[in-house]
Amino acid sequence: MDFKRINEKLEILADAAKYDVSCSSSGSNRKNTYKGLGNSNGMGICHSYTEDGRCVSLLKILLTNHCIFDCAYCVTRKSNDIKRAAFKVQEVVDLTINFYRRNYIEGLFLSSGIFKNADYTMERLIAVAKKLRQEENFNGYIHLKSIPGASDELMREAGLYADRLSVNIEIPTEKGLKLLAPEKDRKDFIKPMEKVKNEIIQYKNEKKLLKKVPIYAPAGQSTQMIVGASGETDAEIMYTSAYFYKSFNLKRVYYSGYVPISNDSRLPTIGSAVPILRENRLYQTDWLLRFYGFDVRELLNKEHPNLESDIDPKLSWALRNLDQFPIDVNKADMRMLLRVPGLGLKSVNKIIKARRYRKLNWENLKSIGASLNRAKYFIVCDSTTFETKDRTSAQLKSIILSNSSSKFSATLSNQLSLFDNPNTLSA
Amino acid sequence: MKTILKYDGSFEGLLSSVFYVYEHKLKEVSIIKEEHYEPNFFDHSITILSEPKKAKRVWQGLSKKISPKAKTKLYKAFLSETLNIENTILYYIRKALSASVSIENDFTDSEILHLEKTVKKVDREKHRMDAFVRFQLTKDGIYFATIEPDFDVLPLNTSHFKSRYADQRWLIYDIKRNYGIFYDLLNVQTITLELSKDIHRGDKASLYFTYEEIEFQKLWFNYFNSSNIGSRKNIKLHIKHIPKRYWKFLTEKKF
Repeated sequence: MDFKRINEKLEILADAAKYDVSCSSSGSNRKNTYKGLGNSNGMGICHSYTEDGRCVSLLKILLTNHCIFDCAYCVTRKSNDIKRAAFKVQEVVDLTINFYRRNYIEGLFLSSGIFKNADYTMERLIAVAKKLRQEENFNGYIHLKSIPGASDELMREAGLYADRLSVNIEIPTEKGLKLLAPEKDRKDFIKPMEKVKNEIIQYKNEKKLLKKVPIYAPAGQSTQMIVGASGETDAEIMYTSAYFYKSFNLKRVYYSGYVPISNDSRLPTIGSAVPILRENRLYQTDWLLRFYGFDVRELLNKEHPNLESDIDPKLSWALRNLDQFPIDVNKADMRMLLRVPGLGLKSVNKIIKARRYRKLNWENLKSIGASLNRAKYFIVCDSTTFETKDRTSAQLKSIILSNSSSKFSATLSNQLSLFDNPNTLSA
Repeated sequence: MKTILKYDGSFEGLLSSVFYVYEHKLKEVSIIKEEHYEPNFFDHSITILSEPKKAKRVWQGLSKKISPKAKTKLYKAFLSETLNIENTILYYIRKALSASVSIENDFTDSEILHLEKTVKKVDREKHRMDAFVRFQLTKDGIYFATIEPDFDVLPLNTSHFKSRYADQRWLIYDIKRNYGIFYDLLNVQTITLELSKDIHRGDKASLYFTYEEIEFQKLWFNYFNSSNIGSRKNIKLHIKHIPKRYWKFLTEKKF
């Protein structure tokens, strides 16, 4: 192995792959067979974290950053003047195996720029996965990118070796896509996604009838959207997201705050801040949809096309629906408990278990881990003291904000001072 | 008068102590590791010997009253090595055995909640070791790693590493507690070693590890740095996920 050359390629192709935020290695179930190498099950493991605080679970690289497309938002776009490189199939296999054996990673996440055409690229990605599975008896996690426009036969084959497949739709709206990536068509993204969805359904049906069905993409599909590149509202993003969850049974939608990488006048300029707070609010909304039983229309609609930045989306919803509170934690059903600001999945589970023994009071709730600084305005419990005063949403919001500190307070106060003091703009 | 039971620090020893409590119908009692015991004037202390048979009777007897999951929790709490955790475990056992319904989810009881939280901490440390072990290939072909976990979690890691790395010989050594687990392609066994003092020194690495090993470490180090997005820098979050005390074992933090 020529370590020096490999190192050069690795630096280029890891750097180019880092804007894909997905690094999850969860949701699969692959056992170690015939004393082979590796397994993957359940929740996956984050083996490290980069200085930006993101999990490192997989060896995340591009096969090549040569690309025939010229999407404005993408760092590997054809017109960008950067160093280009390409891995050989065997090189990726060797890197994966050697990193895996040292317990650095859970597996491989392989994506690629598109060279020649979609099928040619997809074939190369599959070749890596196939080699890992068949020649190295590798049972670790493999995430392959579905190349937009790849043929059905190739997508079928990809799912036989990969745990997860993903197509990044990147731009949430069709009009944004037309503006920033005129050569691309939404249909090309959807085609491989549709095929994989159908194959998974077919696999599950056959599994019920037959004993031995070759396993197909056990960790399902995911996608990613770039946030803040094409002027879309939060509602547009989350409605697109809800649509993809529903229509393609996606496991995850990722939201990636746009990192300015280009002087293109269609995009935010280089040096403008990554919208990290907005990204965080979108993830909170995503969680509310997937685990807390909310419908996207409750959280975002015509009257509220954007999420509030200073409070989380659940609190925001509760303040708009004060007529549904307060609820009694000792009686309310799980659905309603999950809607209380300050109660998360874990505390709700504990509350439901613990209240079988006795009625819960404030102290019990606190020791269980509920955030009472928010929750206390929305619940009553086994206690004679509780918030009785009728307050308006605005009053409640200001009380809660003044009694809590956000990890984003620096970002928030910056935003406020910009508006408060117009002079700072000219300074 | 309170009775203090001193045991040898093993899980068997703890269960033997529990046996003793029931055998002698002790009311006011406290269990402590012998090494932590400080004699005092008022209490009466007894040294308990580890007896596999008695320990087994307690452990099997528990199954009648508590779920396998709760039994695992008792073991994990023990591995936390937290001072006084023995008494929380004893409290839990007594309460479970005397109650007519399961007490496992009674989180309004502060002792039960304390046990639950201790188990959470142990689980997290176990998971960290699954993540932070960094094997280095030695010249004699063993994938070797050292760790220094906050709690004695190595016994919990065995099955994960055994099923994942079934085709390579590996050794994970807890340098704080001076024992390790070694897999020889068939079984995992607990071993104790005299480790060379200079095994962690970068300039001595070529004595113990292959040339390829050192090159792969550099590749990983560079990969780690290339995948960071500078404009999203968030050191606080970074350190929350990887507290500094683990850095010395992480290849990506070493060079």
